[in-house]
Amino acid sequence: MKSLEELRAIRERVQNQVSMRAEDHAHTRVVVGMATCGIASGARPVLTALSNLVQEKKLTNRVAVTQTGCIGLCQYEPIVEVMEPGKPKITYIKMNPEKAAEVVERHLIGGHIVEEYTLNSADIK
Amino acid sequence: MYRSHVLVCGGTGCTSSGSQQIMETLKVEIEKAGLQDEVSVVQTGCHGLCALGPIMIVYPDASFYSMVKVEDIPEIVQEHLLKGRVVTRLLYDETVTPSGVKALIDTDFYKKQHRIALRNCGIINPEVIDEYIGTGGYEALGKVLTEMTPDDVIQCLLDSGLRGRGGAGFPTGLKWKFAKQNDADQKYVCCNADEGDPGAFMDRSVLEGDPHAVLEAMAIAGYAIGATQGYIYVRAEYPIAVERLKIAIDQAREYGLLGKDIFGTGFDFDIDIRLGAGAFVCGEETALMTSIESNRGEPRPRPPFPAVKGLFGKPTILNNVETYANIPQIILNGAEWFASMGTEKSKGTKVFALGGKINNTGLVEIPMGTTLREVIEEIGGGIPDGKKFKAAQTGGPSGGCIPAEHFDIPIDYDNLLSIGSMMGSGGLIVMDETDCMVDIAKFFLEFTVEESCGKCTPCRIGTRRMLEILTKITKGQATMEDLDKLEELCYYIKDNSLCGLGQTAPNPVLSTLRFFRDEYEAHIKEKRCPAGVCKALLSYHIDPDKCKGCTLCARNCPNNAIIGSVKNPHIIDADKCIKCGACMEKCKFGAIYKQ
Repeated sequence: MKSLEELRAIRERVQNQVSMRAEDHAHTRVVVGMATCGIASGARPVLTALSNLVQEKKLTNRVAVTQTGCIGLCQYEPIVEVMEPGKPKITYIKMNPEKAAEVVERHLIGGHIVEEYTLNSADIK
Repeated sequence: MYRSHVLVCGGTGCTSSGSQQIMETLKVEIEKAGLQDEVSVVQTGCHGLCALGPIMIVYPDASFYSMVKVEDIPEIVQEHLLKGRVVTRLLYDETVTPSGVKALIDTDFYKKQHRIALRNCGIINPEVIDEYIGTGGYEALGKVLTEMTPDDVIQCLLDSGLRGRGGAGFPTGLKWKFAKQNDADQKYVCCNADEGDPGAFMDRSVLEGDPHAVLEAMAIAGYAIGATQGYIYVRAEYPIAVERLKIAIDQAREYGLLGKDIFGTGFDFDIDIRLGAGAFVCGEETALMTSIESNRGEPRPRPPFPAVKGLFGKPTILNNVETYANIPQIILNGAEWFASMGTEKSKGTKVFALGGKINNTGLVEIPMGTTLREVIEEIGGGIPDGKKFKAAQTGGPSGGCIPAEHFDIPIDYDNLLSIGSMMGSGGLIVMDETDCMVDIAKFFLEFTVEESCGKCTPCRIGTRRMLEILTKITKGQATMEDLDKLEELCYYIKDNSLCGLGQTAPNPVLSTLRFFRDEYEAHIKEKRCPAGVCKALLSYHIDPDKCKGCTLCARNCPNNAIIGSVKNPHIIDADKCIKCGACMEKCKFGAIYKQ
């Protein structure tokens, strides 16, 4: 390495991974249901897609992607919950990696809830 | 890219409680669950809570598992890593509350800490230079080389108020300034990693957890004073630290962060390691440099100070590991940032190794000016078994005791000196009512007698005479004249010794005499050890009213000193009793007492 630019390139590349190892009350938590029902309906690719996108888009300093157990709405799995500090929890249902990408883009970056994928929009009787 | 990082502590504490096996099992189980592309296992340095090792943290949830066993790993992998169900029963119990899992930064142990020197310890993998760079590593070196003059660097340190963390608290910027002023064809930058105070292990933790921070700071020092060569003098008893330092130096050389023409600025700097063979005196700066020169590690008189005539007769600066670990952060965040923490004359934070009679044994970094009460009761979790606090010992064999009456003293260099103790390298040993202060003083004197290099008479012979008097006191054979002689010797040794070792060796005696003279007098006048520690002044007895004659004590006595028949009260034969206390430990009826 002969220049500061090269150092900064390494930093850029690693920073998003290392900054996952922090604990902050200001973090937005994105939680994927990974119980048997979730895994069976395809939660794992959703989880990896979310985790990768959050790192690629350099959001790890404010967004943490984790898993949880069964939420109890097995017919709507894969379920992703977004919990922003001080805001009501948003529950996205029947997710897939493509929808997850949209949530990252529009909700986590853009700040707008993707209404059409939420539990509220579903017709629950 | 990994969605989760599992951090396993690879510090000395957790390694000795089995973290290496845990790491291996973890990797096997993760592969079994098919998670190897999603979850990465990272070996880190020390998290500080050594009492609860082995420690494992799962990110991004930040779930803190303590006292992890190999048998627990399959469950953690299956439940937590695969299904996302945190295994609550294995979490650090402080983080488990009725309302859910509490963040680690909200626990009593971490809440009041502020980590600068330890900021990467337990967070990054110390054997991967990229991870250090990822947290802003070597950015300070880049800034110094491309944007600052050597004088700017020194001014920044002077403004920050950083003082040497090795014990004496000399302003670091001033040290560098002196070394810069002295022109020479060659100058040296040395790092004192010969941490020898009993109970102190912060330097080891920094070297094990964040070795690059020290290398970066040494290179900055080289630029500031005009040196091209650095030496790290580290104890051979720290094998993990030595190994990680070697790896770090190799990686830094490979990246061109050490060596010739760093960042294309024409600045050359390289670092080599020198191993110390475990002599305490080699932590003294002149002895340390003599040892690097391959001579017998003995101190020499100052002046000339190292900044004028140091290693190989050239201007040299010597700083402690923890001091260096602060420097890159000061350069990056500015002198004002650092100076905003701490007290008027002691800026920033200090790492303490908590040990002795305290619940949370481990490493803590607190802002200067935190009170002893906060450290012991809040961060340290108090004293076990409901015992009463008696004193805290700081500064190791050079320091003294802080008694309960100074429990609310804000800890900084000057406050500790004013009550006859010293900051030292940061060992903090807590003592309760069952510790005898004369015995403690004797313990430290035994250490200094053993470690005195023998070059000067006051230290070589004086400390031995002191130890003899202390031994007499603990045996109940001393007179009040002996006590006066002991005190006189203390001042004589302090004034006349060649180096810091001898000059500070009487401190444990002086400070215990100052605050606990009554205990010394009880040993001498009443032939009694109030804490019940000094064996010669103790005798064990059996209360005949409480003794049921179960014979358990007699069966456990290693010297057959207890006589008596079944169902009849026993008695202890004082001539045979070796005062080991085994009987008292075994008795189920509390019938045995010592006085």
